[in-house]
Amino acid sequence: MTADDERPVSLTQWLVYWRLDLPLLLGLIACGALGLFVLYSASGQSMDAVVGQLIRLLTGLVALVVVAQVPPDWFRTAAPWAYGAGLVMLALVWLLGDTAMGAQRWLDLGIVRFQPSEVMKIAVPLTVAAYFHDRPLPPGWSGVAAASAILGLPVAMVAIQPDLGTALLIVAGGAFVLFLGGLRWRVIALLMLIAAAAAPLVWFNMHAYQQERVMTFLNPARDPAGAGYHITQSKIAIGSGGLFGKGWLNGSQAHLDFLPESDTDFVFAVFAEETGLLGALALLALYAFLVGRGLAIAARSQDTFQRLVAGSISLTFFIYVFVNIGMVIGLLPVVGIPLPLLSFGGTSLVVLMIAFGILMSIQTHRKLLAT
Amino acid sequence: MTADTPLKDHGAERRLFLIRTVVAGILMAVVTGVLVARLAYLQILEHEYYSLRSNDNRTRVQVVPPVRGLIHDRNGVVLADNLPAYRLEIVPEQVENLDAAIDRLAGVVEIRDIDRERFRERMRKKPRFRGIPIRLNLSKEEVARFEVNRRAFPGMEIRAGLTRHYPLGEVGAHLIGYVGGITEDELRGLDEKSYRGTNHIGKTGVEKSYEARLHGEPGSRILEANAMGRPLRELAFEAPKAGRSLYLTVDAQLQKAAYHALGDHAGAVVALDPRTGGVLAMASRPSFDPGLFVDGISQSKYQALLHDPQRPMFNRAIQGQYPPGSTIKPVMALAALETNAIDPQREVWCPGYITLPGSSRRWRDWKRSGHGWVDLPKAIYRSSDVYFYKLAMDMGIDTIHRFGAMFGFGRRTGIDLPRESQGLMPSRAWKNGVRNQPWYPGETLNTVIGQGFMTATPLQLAHMSALIAGHGQGHRPHVLMATESPESGDLEATSTTVEEPLPISDADSWNLVTNAMEQVVHGQRGTAHYYVGTDLPYRMAGKSGTAQVRGLAQNEQAPEYEDMEHAHRDHALFVAFAPAENPRIAVAVIAEHGGGGSSTAGPIAREVIDAYLLNNRVVQNEGTR
Repeated sequence: MTADDERPVSLTQWLVYWRLDLPLLLGLIACGALGLFVLYSASGQSMDAVVGQLIRLLTGLVALVVVAQVPPDWFRTAAPWAYGAGLVMLALVWLLGDTAMGAQRWLDLGIVRFQPSEVMKIAVPLTVAAYFHDRPLPPGWSGVAAASAILGLPVAMVAIQPDLGTALLIVAGGAFVLFLGGLRWRVIALLMLIAAAAAPLVWFNMHAYQQERVMTFLNPARDPAGAGYHITQSKIAIGSGGLFGKGWLNGSQAHLDFLPESDTDFVFAVFAEETGLLGALALLALYAFLVGRGLAIAARSQDTFQRLVAGSISLTFFIYVFVNIGMVIGLLPVVGIPLPLLSFGGTSLVVLMIAFGILMSIQTHRKLLAT
Repeated sequence: MTADTPLKDHGAERRLFLIRTVVAGILMAVVTGVLVARLAYLQILEHEYYSLRSNDNRTRVQVVPPVRGLIHDRNGVVLADNLPAYRLEIVPEQVENLDAAIDRLAGVVEIRDIDRERFRERMRKKPRFRGIPIRLNLSKEEVARFEVNRRAFPGMEIRAGLTRHYPLGEVGAHLIGYVGGITEDELRGLDEKSYRGTNHIGKTGVEKSYEARLHGEPGSRILEANAMGRPLRELAFEAPKAGRSLYLTVDAQLQKAAYHALGDHAGAVVALDPRTGGVLAMASRPSFDPGLFVDGISQSKYQALLHDPQRPMFNRAIQGQYPPGSTIKPVMALAALETNAIDPQREVWCPGYITLPGSSRRWRDWKRSGHGWVDLPKAIYRSSDVYFYKLAMDMGIDTIHRFGAMFGFGRRTGIDLPRESQGLMPSRAWKNGVRNQPWYPGETLNTVIGQGFMTATPLQLAHMSALIAGHGQGHRPHVLMATESPESGDLEATSTTVEEPLPISDADSWNLVTNAMEQVVHGQRGTAHYYVGTDLPYRMAGKSGTAQVRGLAQNEQAPEYEDMEHAHRDHALFVAFAPAENPRIAVAVIAEHGGGGSSTAGPIAREVIDAYLLNNRVVQNEGTR
């Protein structure tokens, strides 16, 4: 698009030029805008919080647009490097990272503080997909072993930070690549058996507060004022919202501080309190639309790497949503996973946008002759 | 697309991918269904439950205690008042180390051991998020000191309230009573709802008997509070209904006069309006400071009051039971006249003693030398015992009992004050029932002069005096004159209870007795003339009584008064009403171990009647308003 081009530019042309996928873009903007409204309410009507989140969203969008310009093959090439860099940063965190809320997750780069584990959320599925790109699928035993190695190292390093939520999401990102790559059912069954057998081992290696969360999840009435408080108050918020909700800015649970972390991990409770079941269903539909669009992009993508990456990103996105909402409504234990695009938060939002940028890149760099 | 390794089958991989995507899609649909089901369960099926929980979370109900009604005298003088007071409250759940915090607090305001003790006790009964008082009635200095340091004391707060104040102090302590902290026993008998937020309850006197009217109904304030319990705004307010103010028949000035007239004597004064039965004054000595109980009296002070041999907390006016002595002679005279046991003009020889047939025991007159020839009026104004002994022998105990009971002895008057005693009007049936013994004739002689088994309260004696003043028409004694209507503020007068007129209809009998009682005071030879009646500007009818505390042996010479041990001295009694022709006040006085009824109790009665009739308000304003 040049300055002397006098014809009015159509939206389609503009999107093609910037290599953007309209349905995804609209869905993301809708989610982000919704997030701003909820945040305004959940933060006690703080305009500062809204502006801060808006800046993050815009930063994320810029990142998305930049990433969308990159041809998918570059990602395949860069994946192992990003993975290696991520490992180094995780090691650095382990050596000299900042401690926040009892866990060592942050790396202070002077200008920005960020969590290297977030990098791994993307680098791991990319690397696994790149590994299988020119190997026959479904993966054989050697493939499973290689993928497990690629996965295991960063997951272990994130888990000892400790950040169980992110570790699980990284596992999910890699595992979805294997699953979509056609890992045989009997291997899946075997891996699940191994996981079940390892569960006690994981339990005894968990930190006390993590064990506490699981115990509380299993029986929230155990300690309603202590560890069960989050879930109890969250359920009160959601349940009292009813079918139609209490109305925007009228959620007493959030505004009177009964609901902890109402603008971050528990933002869905505020949303469901104020907009009711109908609002919650609409939000779920919006998320489902984003997942569906991602899977459609995957299905139409033109090589193994792209297919696996796009599929994994879509399913991981779904896992984000499912685990967060499941936790907030008391179906899953409390793990620190934010609700995509709605929770107040920095790194994870940008990483999410980068992931969607990769999806758009895959969608818009298709070679026309192929289909 | 030929650059790929020959081992890869792109078509198959893609098909495999699509199948897996469909499987994933189905799985996602299923788990999303679970989420939706859960949401629907919470937001529709359990919606009501969680709405309630949310509201419970959000709102706090604060009880607003009612303001206690005031107590006034008949002229509107305040007898029980509410004064502003500051108390210090602690919300236990907001204080980290309670003991240490209270220790620190003690550096700013005075915290006694008893305060801590009471605080602990209250804390056990109340939820931890409620404010519990640790100190009441902070001084202005303490309030200032605390406010300056308040940041150092999270969870502690000064609250303004009202505290009960009794301007008359000890002068009206027994009559008005006092309020004190509600005990657990009392709480059990109360409507808990209307006493939430109330710390005090009437313990004795008018404060107790009219507790229901004085207390009022609490209101409430519904507040929106955040998770920390901090109130943010008021959602609803229901004003409390203030307690109703009372107006007593009592005259504060007369009450003071009565109290001070008793001087240092232990004893009581009761003054009634014979036309209504309203109590004009009711004093009991020794007394106590009712204000001590309002803020919680210390254990040692309370024990001291309880175990004081003089029993200052005992309301002698309605609880004290004394032998009435000669004060009941007018009643006995009326009994004799009504039953025709005597011709009032007939004179009886009084040698100073009498013997019963078949006995050598001498029943002595108070005057050893005797009164000579005595008719009925003289028997009253000279208070001849021998004359009444002879009457008693003629009438017998049954008649004596019947008339005694007629005049209210042996039964409570029904005054609107707690813990009234009933005294004792002995009879054959009583003695048989209680002592399982027959009635002996000598006991009849004791009874007719108000000794022996017979006892009466000062109130009963005042009531008797009022009955004689009213020629048999009595009114139930009472202290409440009017109650303020809570709505309009108008006064609702208490209706007086008119008692059944006594069945003595012969006006001559009444006149004869009341004239004789006037002679007691005004007659040159009346027992009380010298002490009471020499310069009286109005006509008073009275009767003295000197009740033996210790019986004398047969031939024992009565010792000189000054030589007697105090506890063995006679009780001095006097009953009176005035003006004799149109009585407006009836009085009974007892001075314990005061000696002679006419000499000691008579002047006290006169001082009280003077204060009332002559508007003689030269009463020392001892520490009162």
